[in-house]
Amino acid sequence: MSDAMKRTDQHPLDDILRSDRLPHIWCATCGIGTVVKCFAEAIQRTEIPLDDVAVVSGIGCTGRVAGYVKLDSYHTTHGRAIPFATGLKLANPRLKVVVFSGDGDLSAIGGNHLIHAARRNMDLTVICVNNFIYGMTGGQAAPTTPNTANTSTTPFGAFEPPFNLQKLLEACGASYQARWTSLHVRRLTNSMTEALLKPGFSFVEAIAPCSTLYARRNRLGSGFDLMKFYHDNSEIQHGADPREVDISFQDSIIVGKFIDRERPTWQQLNDAQHNRSLGEKYFRHDIVEAGGEVSDA
Amino acid sequence: MEKADSKRVLTGSHYLDGDHACTEGALAAGCNFIAGYPITPSTEVVERYSRRIPAIGGTFIQMEDEIASITAVLGAVWGGAKAMTVTSGPGFSLMMENIGLAAMLETPCVIVNVMRGGPSTGLPTMVGQADVMQARWGSHGDYEIIALAPQSPQEAFTLMIDAFNLAERYRLPVMVMLDECIGHMTEKVVIPEACEIEIRPRRISTKEKGEYLPYEIGADMVPDMAHAGEGHRYHITGLTHDERGYPAMDAEVHDKLVRRLCDKVREQADDIIMLDEDGMDGAEIVLISYGITSRVARASIEATRAAGIKVGSLRLQTLWPFPEKRIGELAGKVKAFVVPEVNYGQISLEVERCAAGRAQTLLVPHMGGGVHDPAVITRAIEEAAK
Ligand code: SF4
Repeated sequence: MSDAMKRTDQHPLDDILRSDRLPHIWCATCGIGTVVKCFAEAIQRTEIPLDDVAVVSGIGCTGRVAGYVKLDSYHTTHGRAIPFATGLKLANPRLKVVVFSGDGDLSAIGGNHLIHAARRNMDLTVICVNNFIYGMTGGQAAPTTPNTANTSTTPFGAFEPPFNLQKLLEACGASYQARWTSLHVRRLTNSMTEALLKPGFSFVEAIAPCSTLYARRNRLGSGFDLMKFYHDNSEIQHGADPREVDISFQDSIIVGKFIDRERPTWQQLNDAQHNRSLGEKYFRHDIVEAGGEVSDA
Repeated sequence: MEKADSKRVLTGSHYLDGDHACTEGALAAGCNFIAGYPITPSTEVVERYSRRIPAIGGTFIQMEDEIASITAVLGAVWGGAKAMTVTSGPGFSLMMENIGLAAMLETPCVIVNVMRGGPSTGLPTMVGQADVMQARWGSHGDYEIIALAPQSPQEAFTLMIDAFNLAERYRLPVMVMLDECIGHMTEKVVIPEACEIEIRPRRISTKEKGEYLPYEIGADMVPDMAHAGEGHRYHITGLTHDERGYPAMDAEVHDKLVRRLCDKVREQADDIIMLDEDGMDGAEIVLISYGITSRVARASIEATRAAGIKVGSLRLQTLWPFPEKRIGELAGKVKAFVVPEVNYGQISLEVERCAAGRAQTLLVPHMGGGVHDPAVITRAIEEAAK
């Protein structure tokens, strides 16, 4: 086979996706797929060597992302992707460590880790697919479920006040925050690219339909109908006050880049403080010894 | 084996408590990452580490809880670190899910548990030995771990090095089960020259990029590892997985995986287990003990030997895997096992299982908060000898 022919056989994202694991487990018209595609494109665009990118996921439908990317990828326990990623990053600061998980995994069972990673400004990019529901376990309410939405554990409508993750993380100290819907393919890819290149804790929220459970239970049409609804009912407001971007049931969604600020990362703070206190005695040690220089960021 | 790095070894004679000796053992073993959360009576281990590590090279991070601590340790190991965490009963309970993940992903790491009185918050500042079953069975599913129990600060130092070496050899979590008394007792600790300390390097795959399979095994059933960033671009998961590390959820793959996770330890048990025996020749009674209780029982052993009872002593430096074979052998020769422990009967149950009715097992429980009165153990030995 000629090289030219080989190339036509390949999908442009074959380098990043594990084609040997296809077909994937996600339902038709689930929003996770587009978010993964945006991520793969964003990674390519950053030109970070693929060998230097690690993806860590928790548990759930989005938690399966780690299994489909052809990168060093770790499918961990429910809620614990962020602490795992923290260890990975601190052991090898050269790595670009990405956490890819769902709203339930990151903000319910993993909520404590989410806020502390943002507080520390740990150098991680967190991609949160927010579909307002637990998909893998069959459509239960999440801390993000909007009021009145029907889920298998709120059969008469959800009533707990939901998290506005943007407000939460702004208060904790994240360096970069953006939100798009899964149909804002170009803008979502742009934000992911920016987030990946931003030192410190970056957070990209992708509002996505769960077609099988959320859309069906709430009679919102197919996943694609809902994806389109989210997109068409979104309002771009870059720099919006995160306190003002709550999401209500089937109402307009404010999207955009909300936060982009400079804060020292955990590693920088750790080094600066030890330098101040210990001077020359401080031995900045990057655990990884495998060839290649370690960034001093 | 390699030699320890002299920069990390505090060679000389010191006066250290068990917790601090533990830190020095970890440093000598090459531990360059600790994630921890404060909990009595173990906190001194990480306090000393946070003071020592900046000038040596390595990372200490205080996490938001024990769940985050153990999980950060796992991440750090896959990123290339030699890592451990340190806790006590309540924190140990919180770590259990991810200790299971460590076993499943075959992540070499060390967990120090300085045991206090439980259940629940129990006796935070006082001794207990009631987490020894939890060390073995605390996470869900079938798996094996290794657990060690030092009886002095000196031994805390040496067993920490063994713990790291065993973790690397078998790729699993190794637990070092101190108890509050050992953790807080101060004694002379002699730290040898770095060149006298053997360190087992990580089993790193030498496969070319694209050839590496995370769970491909050789004769000893233990796979070689690759760290993130080495170019293998592999996937691993806590789901039941095949050699490629890919989820493969069927009974056949599961059977093979679970057997291997257990058998890689069970089949090497003779190599792993460390026992300290004395007076076994012609013994009619064998006292089985570990940790602080071994020290307390010494007086009872001496007293009963002086009174003419033939008492052997079997001290468990390795709690898990359990020395089934040795206890089985002894059961055929002795009249009874006497098992004092600072709990309401844990290791005694294992002894009873291994004795299988061929020798009597006599538990001498003590609920915690203090150690046994040696007189109570003496009476138990006398009783068993009757
Ligand atoms: S259950 Fe919902 S979230 Fe999960 S794959 Fe199906 S559509 Fe997507």
